[in-house]
Amino acid sequence: MSTAVSTASPRAGSVTSGPRRRRLGSTGIVYLALVGILAVSAGLVAAQGGSFFSQGNLFYLLSQTSLLGFVAIGQTFVILCKSLDLSVGYVVAWSSLVAATTMAGDPSRIWLGVVAALAVAAGVGLVNGLVISKLRVNSFIATLGVGLIIKGYLDTQYKGPSGEIPKAFQGFGYTRIGPVPVSVIVLAVVMVLGVVLLTRTRPGYHMFAVGGNIDVARLSGIRTDRSIILAHVLCSLCAGVAGLLIAARFGTGNALVYTYGYDLNSIAAVVLGGTLLMGGRGSILGTIAGVLILASLDTVFNVLDVSPFFKDVLRGAIIIAAVAMYARRQIDPASSRARFRALGRSVGPGSGPDGGGPGSASPTSTTGKEATR
Amino acid sequence: MRRSRVLMAGAATAALLFTAACSTDVPDAPAGGGETAAEAGEEASESGANSEWFVQADYDRQLAQRTAVPEGPAEQPWLQAIDPEYVDTAQYAKEGGKKLCFSNASVSNPWRVTGFITMQQQVEVLKTSGEISEFRVSDAADDDNKQISDIQAFVEAGDCDAIIISPSTTATLTPAVEAACESGKPVIVFDRGVNSDCMVTYIHPIGGYAYGADGAEFLVENLEPGSKVLALRILPGVDVLENRWAAADKIFSESDIEVVGQEFTGGDGAKIKDIVTQYLQRGDVDGIWMDAGDGAVAAVEAFEDAGKPYPVFMGEDELSFMRKWQETDMTALGAVYSNFQWRTPILAAQKIWNGEQVPAEWVLPQSPITGEDLDAYLEANKDMPSLHYAKFGGEDLPGYPEAWTNR
Amino acid sequence: MSASTPATSPSGTQAPTRGGFSRWVQRVTSGSTWTVYALLIVVFVAILVMNPSFGEPMSIMAFLKKAAPLIVLAIGQYFVIVSGEFDLSVGSLVGAQVVIAAKLIDGEESMTWPVIGLMVLFGLGVGLVNGLIVTLLKVPSFITTLGMMLVLYGAIRLWTGGAPTGSLTEGFRQWGRGGLPDTPGQFQVPYAVLITVVLGVVAVVVMRRPFGRTLVATGDNDVAAAFSGTAVWWVRTRAFLFSGFMATVAGILIGGYAGVTAQVGEGLEFMAITAVVLGGVVLGGGRGSVVAAMAGALTLDALFTLFNQLSLPSTIRPAVQGVIIIAAVAYAAMPRRSRTAPPGAPSSPTTPAGVPEPTVPKEPQPAAP
Repeated sequence: MSTAVSTASPRAGSVTSGPRRRRLGSTGIVYLALVGILAVSAGLVAAQGGSFFSQGNLFYLLSQTSLLGFVAIGQTFVILCKSLDLSVGYVVAWSSLVAATTMAGDPSRIWLGVVAALAVAAGVGLVNGLVISKLRVNSFIATLGVGLIIKGYLDTQYKGPSGEIPKAFQGFGYTRIGPVPVSVIVLAVVMVLGVVLLTRTRPGYHMFAVGGNIDVARLSGIRTDRSIILAHVLCSLCAGVAGLLIAARFGTGNALVYTYGYDLNSIAAVVLGGTLLMGGRGSILGTIAGVLILASLDTVFNVLDVSPFFKDVLRGAIIIAAVAMYARRQIDPASSRARFRALGRSVGPGSGPDGGGPGSASPTSTTGKEATR
Repeated sequence: MRRSRVLMAGAATAALLFTAACSTDVPDAPAGGGETAAEAGEEASESGANSEWFVQADYDRQLAQRTAVPEGPAEQPWLQAIDPEYVDTAQYAKEGGKKLCFSNASVSNPWRVTGFITMQQQVEVLKTSGEISEFRVSDAADDDNKQISDIQAFVEAGDCDAIIISPSTTATLTPAVEAACESGKPVIVFDRGVNSDCMVTYIHPIGGYAYGADGAEFLVENLEPGSKVLALRILPGVDVLENRWAAADKIFSESDIEVVGQEFTGGDGAKIKDIVTQYLQRGDVDGIWMDAGDGAVAAVEAFEDAGKPYPVFMGEDELSFMRKWQETDMTALGAVYSNFQWRTPILAAQKIWNGEQVPAEWVLPQSPITGEDLDAYLEANKDMPSLHYAKFGGEDLPGYPEAWTNR
Repeated sequence: MSASTPATSPSGTQAPTRGGFSRWVQRVTSGSTWTVYALLIVVFVAILVMNPSFGEPMSIMAFLKKAAPLIVLAIGQYFVIVSGEFDLSVGSLVGAQVVIAAKLIDGEESMTWPVIGLMVLFGLGVGLVNGLIVTLLKVPSFITTLGMMLVLYGAIRLWTGGAPTGSLTEGFRQWGRGGLPDTPGQFQVPYAVLITVVLGVVAVVVMRRPFGRTLVATGDNDVAAAFSGTAVWWVRTRAFLFSGFMATVAGILIGGYAGVTAQVGEGLEFMAITAVVLGGVVLGGGRGSVVAAMAGALTLDALFTLFNQLSLPSTIRPAVQGVIIIAAVAYAAMPRRSRTAPPGAPSSPTTPAGVPEPTVPKEPQPAAP
């Protein structure tokens, strides 16, 4: 639990305020929820005479964690910036295909394949970031549109699985040390890098600032566009790593990976992990807890042989319930909606919704949302 | 300001297309961007017989197998096999109650739902007789990665006395199935295959080429030369479905039939009806070919609502379509991808545990339902729900008919 | 409740029928709303050029009949989005409603109306649960409705054993399939179009009433709306109730149009949201008109028709759709900003990445055997 403390986001100067204690509580609750779900799972499995923490189950849990983990870490950067990325599933699919077709079964081309896959992923992230920050297209529509473009390309270009991953690189998907898959170790490295980036570096601080209140961030001299573009490039890069992992596990690339719902699941994991969808608050360690919660559910449903339809019902209900547990806490009592935190103080009772955002001096009430569609 | 924004728009689009173009190191794939990709798509769609999904040898074999006489009891087609080569299974012989593990790709469509019920009923029989003590199922919900984990979990647990796998995708599940084979447990694969022959037996109906060819040949026979056929498909990139289309495309291209379009519908009735309606607005459609029968009734209704005569129609052995077919008395064929194959893996496991020989590749018969059989099949299935498959092959199981009617 | 309404009008989000014609023209051409009408006209002209027979009354009616469910969904989604929330559960709800109808009616003509009544109650119930979880439990609407989507998807399959059972009656299906006069195969005005028009008028009227203005005010700034006496939770909950009701109507129309298939409703939530955004409604709330949202739905459907008329390969269509959506939204963002940005203002009041509760397209699962 103490590790959660270290991820407490830098409070990013003037942007977001609030007692540090509450943030600790927020990530803490996520881990409490995880422990609770693990405990209930272990109890249920034990009642059936099994052991939830058997090596096989742990391995299952961890291998389900790693793939979604990469995507969700990337999604965290983006959501912190008050953006989001719906194209991650397509990026995972595309990078798996690029890796597999570039490597083409030749061990000497492994690095070429890795670099090519990550380059393609970064390229998509750059496009996402540019469309959102420069063209001012709402991130929902921008990444959805880019995702559709990639889908059209993949469906046209690759009819089904293509390429071949050399045995040496398949180890990324299958090798393990004890019960710990190599992919989980790579995930841990990416996680540490992400935590350091967000808590120890300037670009990381800027992401919190941009997500907290972009206008204040801009007024404080932050190049907000750069932060958004960086977040999207990082997000797509993480999705690219997930694509490499998929390719290693499949031994080939597959376009239909985009139907697996990584976009949806990664956003759910990030929110489960206590990161605010309105941006500016959150942590990667929280996200990892969110991913672990989803993976634990998968594992326990599998062990208990739950009907696939009942799984969906339970998963939906548990996601809502878990977020409900700490949703109230995350929100400043001063304001019912976090995005108005900076605003709340300046709006007194009686003033209409025309009070406007900071920086909106115009009486025509073109508050922030005007150009975000 | 405006201008720079427009430039940015152009730059961003160009960047994306550029990355798209850069990444195609596929040896035989033309570099694709926006327009070039469109051309590539047209090329691919025109060259079904030359597409990467078309293998002449498999095509020839499957078409020949349609007329082959299968070995085995005629009244139990799920136990029949075409040209079997038996393998010895004495090493897997086991007494007492066994634990059977099944990694299912999904139950995400009615065909799989129907088949899975049949499988469960067959398991009940063996549970009653004490041969199966436990039946464990992992459902991967069409996620290859999850299915790999599911199979690994079975191998890891080590207590499965046989592992049945219905792979979600042929190519991607191959490493996991090979790993399962190496565990020393008997592995049974059915429906879609894998690129390996390590399993004890691979059970499947004749195949996608035969399915697609049945329908295409029927349309060619029953339509005048120069007639127009619309192909309705579920989604691209799935091998069994691509094989169906590759065979049909070959047959159409060698005939005087014109294919006016091939559309991906996701099996959604509303989308199917919309697409067919639009084609009817542009001109007549004389025949419909479908790579799976989901939503076939919606396509028929599109003709009714547009006031057009019924087309020559290739559907599936799904009851909603067959009932519509009987009601309208149109010229149609119910292609069959034998649903009874879901019983066979359980019976194969039983044989393997008994040390009996099983075919290494267990090819089940697969024959379409024609106008002559229609009434008989509808009568036999008259209490079944509309999204049920006529050749489900569970009539002799103890749970019949409640298990299927009250699912 | 209505105390704050005057303050919302400058945002220009009310139904465009309000005020004189010149004001309407001015409003329509001044911003993103204009984009969707322009796009709609361009797409229609393109279709007509490709295929003049599309202009025939029968073809137009067939097109409108098909587009009706999405337009109805867009109305419901508009209420939710303009109040600052999202409803991802509508696709699952449409699917659930069709399956419920088929299972409960099961071919019994006499059951048609009782079951329709039950469906309306069910739709309202889902909307109420969504709304209360979002407003009282403070769960972001993205997560609430995503969870609801999963719950409905799973529960309905659990109930029917994985695939729909039963069948619909002609009395049920006529609303989505039939029309006036009752002459299939010839010209008729589909009931679906009549229903859509009625619902559209109702929506416009509702948005002009105090409730509509309060809804927009809440979406624009819920803190301010609360300070000015609005019961924010009840306003938003009612938006979800509307959405649930509209999804029910859309379910009746789609079930009538195409009958029961296992995949019915899949991906509709994403289509509806895209349609609303295409209509210039701002994700995050507070901006946009319901008529433009309906035009957005019509445009999206027209776009699919155009792709078909152009004989674009099926696989490349999503890419073209993506380019057009991004371009349209980027274009809509363009003139508005230059028009309204205060000259010399050091900070343009924009939040480029701002989206409170996003959504996700649900790709159809591979439906192949």
